[in-house]
Amino acid sequence: MDLILPNGGTPAGTSSPASSSSLLNRLQLDDDIDGETRDLFVIVDDPKKHVCTMETYITYRITTKSTRVEFDLPEYSVRRRYQDFDWLRSKLEESQPTHLIPPLPEKFVVKGVVDRFSEEFVETRRKALDKFLKRITDHPVLSFNEHFNVFLTAKDLNAYKKQGIALLTRMGESVKHVTGGYKLRTRPLEFAAIGDYLDTFALKLGTIDRIAQRIIKEEIEYLVELREYGPVYSTWSALEGELAEPLEGVSACIGNCSTALEELTDDMTEDFLPVLREYILYSDSMKSVLKKRDQVQAEYEAKLEAVALRKEDRPKVPADVEKCQDRMECFNADLKADMERWQNNKRQDFRQLLMGMADKNIQYYEKCLMAWESIIPLLQEKQEAK
Amino acid sequence: MTHNNFWLKKIEISVSEAEKRTGRNAMNMQETYTAYLIETRSVEHTDGQSVLTDSLWRRYSEFELLRNYLLVYYPHIVVPPLPEKRAEFVWHKLSADNMDPDFVERRRIGLENFLLRIASHPILCRDKIFYLFLTQEGNWKETVNETGFQLKADSRLKALNATFRVKNPDKRFTDLKHYSDELQSVISHLLRVRARVADRLYGVYKVHGNYGRVFSEWSAIEKEMGDGLQSAGHHMDVYASSIDDILEDEEHYADQLKEYLFYAEALRAVCRKHELMQYDLEMAAQDLASKKQQCEELATGTVRTFSLKGMTTKLFGQETPEQREARIKVLEEQINEGEQQLKSKNLEGSMCKKGIQVWTNAKECFSKM
Repeated sequence: MDLILPNGGTPAGTSSPASSSSLLNRLQLDDDIDGETRDLFVIVDDPKKHVCTMETYITYRITTKSTRVEFDLPEYSVRRRYQDFDWLRSKLEESQPTHLIPPLPEKFVVKGVVDRFSEEFVETRRKALDKFLKRITDHPVLSFNEHFNVFLTAKDLNAYKKQGIALLTRMGESVKHVTGGYKLRTRPLEFAAIGDYLDTFALKLGTIDRIAQRIIKEEIEYLVELREYGPVYSTWSALEGELAEPLEGVSACIGNCSTALEELTDDMTEDFLPVLREYILYSDSMKSVLKKRDQVQAEYEAKLEAVALRKEDRPKVPADVEKCQDRMECFNADLKADMERWQNNKRQDFRQLLMGMADKNIQYYEKCLMAWESIIPLLQEKQEAK
Repeated sequence: MTHNNFWLKKIEISVSEAEKRTGRNAMNMQETYTAYLIETRSVEHTDGQSVLTDSLWRRYSEFELLRNYLLVYYPHIVVPPLPEKRAEFVWHKLSADNMDPDFVERRRIGLENFLLRIASHPILCRDKIFYLFLTQEGNWKETVNETGFQLKADSRLKALNATFRVKNPDKRFTDLKHYSDELQSVISHLLRVRARVADRLYGVYKVHGNYGRVFSEWSAIEKEMGDGLQSAGHHMDVYASSIDDILEDEEHYADQLKEYLFYAEALRAVCRKHELMQYDLEMAAQDLASKKQQCEELATGTVRTFSLKGMTTKLFGQETPEQREARIKVLEEQINEGEQQLKSKNLEGSMCKKGIQVWTNAKECFSKM
């Protein structure tokens, strides 16, 4: 089986306990899109339910394969639960504040409305968690983060968490201490443009989410009527002699169309909507990063102004102002690079998502067409018999 | 389909046009109605050319009058049905309007079929009132009413649910009546659900139209993705607007189902009339038997029991032409129904193909993003 992985794609159905390793073996044969050979592969699979006295929860198996020196072993396999992922994300935000951290699927699920342990929910979550880790893996800076390494490799993650080791990078440490008191006058044009873009982008995605939900709702209502419609033909068929067979055929046909429609609505609910929502969360977190950047710039500008107002003879810029400038310039550079990367990935992701939507609809119509075309010979036979 | 052995000439009948008219009704109030043009042509044997012999305008109520007359004068014949008086089983509020052009057009077709079926019926086509309907515009209503058919119409028939206890029911007719009852019930159910299905389907398609607008707005902020999104949005608009034609075509299937429903009603009416007739006959036979008995008793002084059963068997044993007629009608209808089913399934097929086309186009646009 040839596995073609577009950036961030997951092979489907990899829930077998045994063979993550062999899958990863095959992955190594593919180069990534930039033409560079990959040296780090991560897969999330094999969800398992754990029932304890205090709580019930799901863990996922994380398999890592890497030739990087940062990893002691070539391969690791660990089990993690959602709150571990949540921990990782917070740590990344803390330690890499100048970078865009990918979103996690929603944390809270309304109990009673959605079954947290249903196959569909768990699978949807698994795909999202896999995507999360793959996005980090693909990032040239984030993938080398110490916390990420520990997440992938540690046997006992909880012990590590408790140690509270602050493995902050220099940048993280410094940005952490930026007080919130500074207000930026004007955002530079290029970042203002990014902010505007993200605002409109999130707005449009929100609209698409609502439309998609509405369509699913209408399709379900249509399905309800179809499920009543089909059987009436069966009732009729029971009254007839020669017409009985074709009428029964029509009933079965409508039944097949109903099943196909149900599959379509399930697919859209499980595959389309979650990805859309993730991107909305993504753009929200990106806007926060933009604000942090503004903060850093504001601090720099304020300190610079303070120096200018002191009207000292020494034209030299003091060290701490220089540090601020450094910080700002690094932030700007990191953010710009990440934005470009994000735009490319977003394009791939949406291309795949929307093509997937079109595909599912096409498959639905193909199934219906096949059903209807299969009974036409049956009706024609009856015609000829007369 | 239009050949007719009507007075040794080939006649072609068509309801060719519909026109909106205004006039004053019986209560001298202004009303709007639709008039239909009926054209009759005779076809010359020799060269097949048709010559227009008669052309007049009639409105729906006059068709109704003709049918009611035929129902009374030919009680054993399953009289062809008329298209609906009012739009029923509607899925969309708009199509409940009698003046809606689509409704008028479908009615025109229904009225034409009605006349053609009467013209091709060996007994009905010879009726004088029918002939006058096609040829005499003025005074026709008065002529029909002068026949006094309304008086003949048995008021007992109007009590649809009244039961007449027939002593020896003819199983063939009871079965037919039972069948037509069940058929009416099933088809009414079918039509009701179908209307709801159409309504829901309309909703599904129309909501997709919203994608068109939002994709367009989104494409404005995108660079490379812009074109793909914009053209995909266009296809979503096409998809959303395609449902109007699809459902319009579907209405023809509903019309055919309704026709079948009306035929079932007509069949039932015939069975009821037969029941009534039989009841009358049984009553008469019973009366006769008891009178005979009285006579005998008076004459001989002995009491004998007559076999009522034996007498009725003699009366009803053989299949009458009327009964045969009714059964042939049912068979014919089943054949038609088979054809209708075929047509409707072709319709469903083409709808699927359209759906595939639109989404394939959209997919192509997305791939270019």
